[in-house]
Amino acid sequence: MRFLMTYESGLIFGFGIILGGMANPAKVLNFFDVAGTWDPSLAFVMGGALGVTALGYRIVLRRPAPRMADIFHLSTLLRIDVPLIAGSAAFGIGWGVAGFCPGGALPVIGTLDPAVLTFTGAMIAGIVIAKAIKSRSQPLGHTA
Amino acid sequence: MPTDFTPLASLGGGILIGLASVLLMANFGRLMGATGILAGFLMPTSRSEWGWRASLLAGMVSAPVLVWSIIGQSVTVQVPVSTAAMIIGGLIVGVGVTFGGGCTSGHGVCGIARLSPRSVVATVVFMFAAVVTVYVTRHVIGGPA
Repeated sequence: MRFLMTYESGLIFGFGIILGGMANPAKVLNFFDVAGTWDPSLAFVMGGALGVTALGYRIVLRRPAPRMADIFHLSTLLRIDVPLIAGSAAFGIGWGVAGFCPGGALPVIGTLDPAVLTFTGAMIAGIVIAKAIKSRSQPLGHTA
Repeated sequence: MPTDFTPLASLGGGILIGLASVLLMANFGRLMGATGILAGFLMPTSRSEWGWRASLLAGMVSAPVLVWSIIGQSVTVQVPVSTAAMIIGGLIVGVGVTFGGGCTSGHGVCGIARLSPRSVVATVVFMFAAVVTVYVTRHVIGGPA
């Protein structure tokens, strides 16, 4: 039952990514190409997702606990530090190079498109490498 | 490669992404961040941490299969860049999201929705970096359009 519900959340997320156009690199890159073939569609994805989430969280987080877990797992980090900014800048560069972000690529693995599989493989390698570097330099670490 | 402006489909997609995020928080108290979910799936800290991530990812991956079986049309994935761009971009994305602690879904949607200052900063930084990167690759160096 629990896993059926997380499965459903993943499925709805995947439908949203596909319908929104986030899984199509041509559309994503055109969103960033403000000086060329600009396609503002993805602003509507962000707007819709943010609107629903902000409103939904306001209602949900007022409750003492989630329906099927003990606590809400929310980051308590506040520091705006170098890893946050440098890491985010790197992510933006990679996103601009490939046209895929993690949430955009994962749902379309099922298409077995070679570009998706190549990107996802490289991204997983990047995550594993970065985790190894992080755990060496900062033994406590933090969850993303 | 120009693409069609699809405000309604994109808004609908965004609403579904938001719905998925709210459901996951309401039921399990978890953020719908693709980066955190994937990293915890690849390198789990415990068995219970792994299970919900695995089923969530299974849901994501089966979305295009369901789309195909319902409308009989495969999902559009147009790739206007080279294989090398996929490898380099993928590596940089993987490293970046790990140090930055999140991506578009984690920081850009869930983080901003709860007004996390870190997420607001991260989102502004990665959006700006992506715009600059596309400007440089398409209009300065002159890559595939």
